[in-house]
Amino acid sequence: MAPPDPILGVSEAFRADTHEMKLNLGVGAYRTEDLQPYVLNVVKKAENLMLERGENKEYLPIEGLAAFNKVTAELLLGAQNDVIQQQRVATVQGLSGTGSLRLAAALIERYFSGSKVLISSPTWGNHKNIFNDARVPWSEYRYYDPRTVGLDFHGMISDIKAAPEGSFVLLHGCAHNPTGIDPTPEQWESIADVIQEKNHIPFFDVAYQGFASGSLDTDASSVRLFAARGMEFLVAQSYSKNLGLYAERIGAINVVCSSSDIAKRVKSQLKRLARPMYSNPPIHGARIVANVVGNPELFNDWKEEMELMAGRIKSVRKKLYDSLSAKDNSGKDWSFVLKQIGMFSFTGLNDAQSENMTNKWHVYMTKDGRISLAGLSSAKCEYLADAIIDSYYNIS
Amino acid sequence: MSDSVFASVVQAPEDPILGVTVAYNKDQSPVKLNLGVGAYRTEEGKPLVLNVVRKAEQMLVNDQSRVKEYLPITGLADFNKLSAKLIFGANSPAIQENRVTTVQCLSGTGSLRVGAEFLARHYHEKTIYIPQPTWGNHPKVFTLAGLSVKSYRYYDPSTRGLDFSGLLEDLGSAPSGAIVLLHACAHNPTGVDPTSDQWEQIRQLMRSKGLLPFFDSAYQGFASGNLDADAESIRLFVADGGECLAAQSYAKNMGLYGERVGALSIVCKTADVATRVESQLKLVIRPMFSNPPIHGASIVATILKDGDMYTEWSVELKAMADRIISMRQQLYDALCARGTPGDWSHIIKQIGMFTFTGLNTNQVAFMTKEYHIYMTSDGRISMAGLSSKTVPHLADAIHAAVTSAA
Repeated sequence: MAPPDPILGVSEAFRADTHEMKLNLGVGAYRTEDLQPYVLNVVKKAENLMLERGENKEYLPIEGLAAFNKVTAELLLGAQNDVIQQQRVATVQGLSGTGSLRLAAALIERYFSGSKVLISSPTWGNHKNIFNDARVPWSEYRYYDPRTVGLDFHGMISDIKAAPEGSFVLLHGCAHNPTGIDPTPEQWESIADVIQEKNHIPFFDVAYQGFASGSLDTDASSVRLFAARGMEFLVAQSYSKNLGLYAERIGAINVVCSSSDIAKRVKSQLKRLARPMYSNPPIHGARIVANVVGNPELFNDWKEEMELMAGRIKSVRKKLYDSLSAKDNSGKDWSFVLKQIGMFSFTGLNDAQSENMTNKWHVYMTKDGRISLAGLSSAKCEYLADAIIDSYYNIS
Repeated sequence: MSDSVFASVVQAPEDPILGVTVAYNKDQSPVKLNLGVGAYRTEEGKPLVLNVVRKAEQMLVNDQSRVKEYLPITGLADFNKLSAKLIFGANSPAIQENRVTTVQCLSGTGSLRVGAEFLARHYHEKTIYIPQPTWGNHPKVFTLAGLSVKSYRYYDPSTRGLDFSGLLEDLGSAPSGAIVLLHACAHNPTGVDPTSDQWEQIRQLMRSKGLLPFFDSAYQGFASGNLDADAESIRLFVADGGECLAAQSYAKNMGLYGERVGALSIVCKTADVATRVESQLKLVIRPMFSNPPIHGASIVATILKDGDMYTEWSVELKAMADRIISMRQQLYDALCARGTPGDWSHIIKQIGMFTFTGLNTNQVAFMTKEYHIYMTSDGRISMAGLSSKTVPHLADAIHAAVTSAA
């Protein structure tokens, strides 16, 4: 009997709990202040438009909806970016972030046999599974420093430098999952330096564009930094969080190449990998994105809703920080809650402490100490602060 | 600037089946005909979204309480239960005894791939036997999943029917426990199905050798027009209490092609085994796509759970199946009228969306070049792409190919 998924299994356990104060800070799905799931207004508008038009349900091409592929690459890199103008990016619609990562992993396995992927320690729990199932070897680079609850920058650079030439380096474009700790722009430059030095290939996982800072462009700046250097790299995108399209499974794998001819060839090989996996991707989510991003009015509406979502998360971070600081008299510095960015916070709680959060306080989170701020309301910040303080100080 | 890291990546050829549509789209001829991919077309040559599907979709969009939260890894629970009932029968003992695990997957392809990955990891025999010929994508799905692929005789070109003794011989000499891919109905590409008696013989042989059936059911309701009749082969196997896998697709029978809706069911000996199998299926799915897409599955569930909508669906489905049967008759009549050499009765004997014409690659190429007919090079044509208006043009093309091209 296989064990439950460490992340998705948390929601299963939460559903089974009947305690009135229960709090689901497990999976990264945005909740309103009333802790309700949220379908963006702009998405509802797009779906109504689609229904009015009465579009058909024919198979998409293997590479997905052309209109979607166009807007997603432009959203990521900027429509005026050289990469786009020179048609140097191969974009294939994928099954959200997971599916896009899996296609890329399959490409790596076929064309870069023996090359490994360097993943951050820690990283999203499913990354390892994806590379394992795709039979791509991986190793870790230092990332999280528990002493500072911040980035172990020197460890990161060292480990990337020490890896065999031509390794793939998996980077979180923004809002690192699970830690919420992102490199600064200067640190990104140094990361790009060492990657170029070692002829490594950057591989971005961009699941939170717009969600981290509230600005789509700002959140893409790490990716654009690499593009500006003329580097080749991969980017997996997801619209699960930023457009709230979780269950529609919409994302893309982008491979930025040195020429348009190479991009065409790479795209053809990605198609060859997609066909025996699922033949062609689902239309619904792709049409929603194409309609929202491709329509200036809807696109503006989206940006506003995105700012609201990101804004709510920033405000609960502040409230949680204030509650923790007020309740904890030991002088411990809880400011990492404010400095971390995006949906998640790495609390620094260990296995046993995280278990206490669940068993005693009915706060559901992942065992690595990650909490999803998206699942926290202002109303529950005080309760959560109590739970965290109790677990941190009374459990070892 | 150093060489591209992707310098060694070569241009992959177009997918042979989907590539037909690519070529068709490029053709400017006003008489061009796309008989490549199996997507239903109306008499007017247009794609069809079923009325009941539009209805269901409207209901879903109007429902303000609906959200887009991640489905569980195994997919939409209602959809899974209803899909199992549809294929195995509402009163199936296997379902009542909780011996069936069903997981939502990406249409037929996705269901086959997840099933194959599961078998490659957990089943003791890593060889799958596929019929000769079979759907072009089958070998790649199984190979990439980690299985090794062998074939069993199926189509007899001399009779344009089933090579039944060849089939029995080949399955008879397969190693005990080997996996066998079976097309539940409307064999793709040949349209040649075993009779009920033949299915019974196949079942006995397979059970005696412990061969594991893996059904591909992409045309339930589309073959005969009757949903239960088209599931008989599968139900025959399930009735004997044995185990099997079944990949279901709603692409054709609900016209949900691009929504990618399907399900993988594994019928196990006991409920306990089914539970454990399901937990392992989740481990295959999570690193592939995490959880499946909600839209298409919600449409299916809406229709299947409502008696009236279910009836409406079966009526629309029968109408599609009947139109195809009528195209078969019209094409056959047109070839007879032209005195086209050869016996063309296989056109009306074969079942389902496709006809295996028996035309060779040269003849196919000729038809494409001279008559702008697009089809796969194995001579398979999709009857769903024909209309009363276009049958004469196709008949002319076949006639010309047979009388002039090699």
